[in-house]
Amino acid sequence: MFSYCADPDTLEGLRWLSCYLTTGKHLSFYWAFGTVLLLLAVTAPVALLFGFGGAVAARSRVAPLAWFGKGYIALVRGVPDIAFFLFFVIALDQGIEWLRHQAKCPDWDQPIRQGNDFVVCAEAKMPLSTSAQWVHEVYGFWLAVFTFAIVFGAFAANVLFGAMRAVPRAQIETGEAYGMTRAQIFRRILVPQMWVYALPGLSNLWMVLIKASPLLFLLGVEDIVYWARELGSTKTPQFTDYPHGDWRMWYFLFLLVFYLGFTRVSEIALDRLMRRLTHGQATLGGGAGRAGMTEAGPP
Amino acid sequence: MSCWDTIADYGLRSLGYGERLLPRSDFTLCQQFTLIGSGLLWNIYFGVVALLSGFVLATALALGKASASPWFRKPAEWTIFVFRGSPLFIQFFFAYFLFLSLKGQVDGLDALTSAWLGAAVVLFLNTAAYSGEIFYGALLSVPKGEVEAADAYGMAGWTRFRRVIWPTMLRLAWPAYTNEAIFLFHATTLVFFSGFPASRQQGDALYYASYFADKTFNPFVPYPILAGYFILLTLVIIALMGLIGRRLNRHLPAAQATARRPRRFALLFR
Repeated sequence: MFSYCADPDTLEGLRWLSCYLTTGKHLSFYWAFGTVLLLLAVTAPVALLFGFGGAVAARSRVAPLAWFGKGYIALVRGVPDIAFFLFFVIALDQGIEWLRHQAKCPDWDQPIRQGNDFVVCAEAKMPLSTSAQWVHEVYGFWLAVFTFAIVFGAFAANVLFGAMRAVPRAQIETGEAYGMTRAQIFRRILVPQMWVYALPGLSNLWMVLIKASPLLFLLGVEDIVYWARELGSTKTPQFTDYPHGDWRMWYFLFLLVFYLGFTRVSEIALDRLMRRLTHGQATLGGGAGRAGMTEAGPP
Repeated sequence: MSCWDTIADYGLRSLGYGERLLPRSDFTLCQQFTLIGSGLLWNIYFGVVALLSGFVLATALALGKASASPWFRKPAEWTIFVFRGSPLFIQFFFAYFLFLSLKGQVDGLDALTSAWLGAAVVLFLNTAAYSGEIFYGALLSVPKGEVEAADAYGMAGWTRFRRVIWPTMLRLAWPAYTNEAIFLFHATTLVFFSGFPASRQQGDALYYASYFADKTFNPFVPYPILAGYFILLTLVIIALMGLIGRRLNRHLPAAQATARRPRRFALLFR
């Protein structure tokens, strides 16, 4: 990066460090932080959307739909999230390839599962084996986003389900008294009012989402954990200009500090947001503290 | 080979007893059920050890955080902040590499690099921090009247804490603590995916489930088996914690006691 980095063997102290920390691989490491932030920025709204769908389904008057919504919420609570991550990445991949296989190769006569193999025709491969490396990476990233959204959507559904129930009954009754239909009440009264009840749960969820982001590593994305292991491991002079011992501990200490800072900043920002939103609201946080409203607070 | 033979061969495989080699081809349902179930023993071991030892430290952390003296408050606050503010996954990695670098330098710390001790230590500190925060919240909501009543009876210090404050704190914290226990058991599945090596392929339930998924390239069998085991485990935890909770609340009238039952959808996330 710098002009004096041409011959690393002659460098000492801080100059060595400045060259070491700006090698190509380190720049990839820094970019990986961008990947993590991008994942969080994309996943949060998608998961919220899934959660909204799940909560609406769980409240539905159609029994099978309600069962589906409640089952979706309960399943994620009963099973470790990491199991879902490992499962969905393969399951989604195979599901997509199977669908493409059905559409593109209708006259394929061999079974798809042959012993321990999953075989689809070449045109159905996702992404195509001929496509560039970046297509594979982007596809892997989107699979990860989708997996995260499914798992955290269930958590969000749980929060929103509780928040919808926390909206005071009197508000709904007022809507009914005005002759609004169920859909109108949902749109004009329930949804606008539920957010303040959902916010503590959703901010908690955001924290969990941040803390789940290193699991990207398990989904095969080259994220910060991957690079920390890669860069930190012992380097011998044969293979690199910057030999060093086992520094993985320090790389992970750096990640630890990064996450501590990230959650701390989020905490402060969410606190501010909460204070602004509850300003003047008839909840304990808003100061009025009307009886009956705190009792049914969000989970 | 009948299913009973498989269970005899692989039932305790995760602890190193029975058949040495894992099945390599022609996987049967029975093998998958047996091995994943055998791995579940590790999850239970980690969960129980961390929960029991973490409970003690959590009480200390809660008292420390509520203490007026900064000598107690600051360390407790920082412990809780560090372990709750960073991902458990990263904590595992960091701890493993820390233990690895200590291994050569300090005698007697070699065992820390193996999962049974090292990961248990991390889980112990982690769950202590999470439960400490729960207990701290409960400690602040202990009704003033109860403490004043204790004062009126002439109780002070340790007696007042053990007989009045501590039981009420536990009662208030119990629903949230039940959630923490559930998520702790779920978190034990991270151990063998985060640096700690599974020596001689002795891993936990998720380790074997992903082994089968890798070998058969079919995730639709092992992961649902794992999910079934964990749902059972979750139900057992809820039942056991419910029993303790009922004992804690046994002096209350029935209506109040049921009101404090853990709400099924009350969540505390890790």
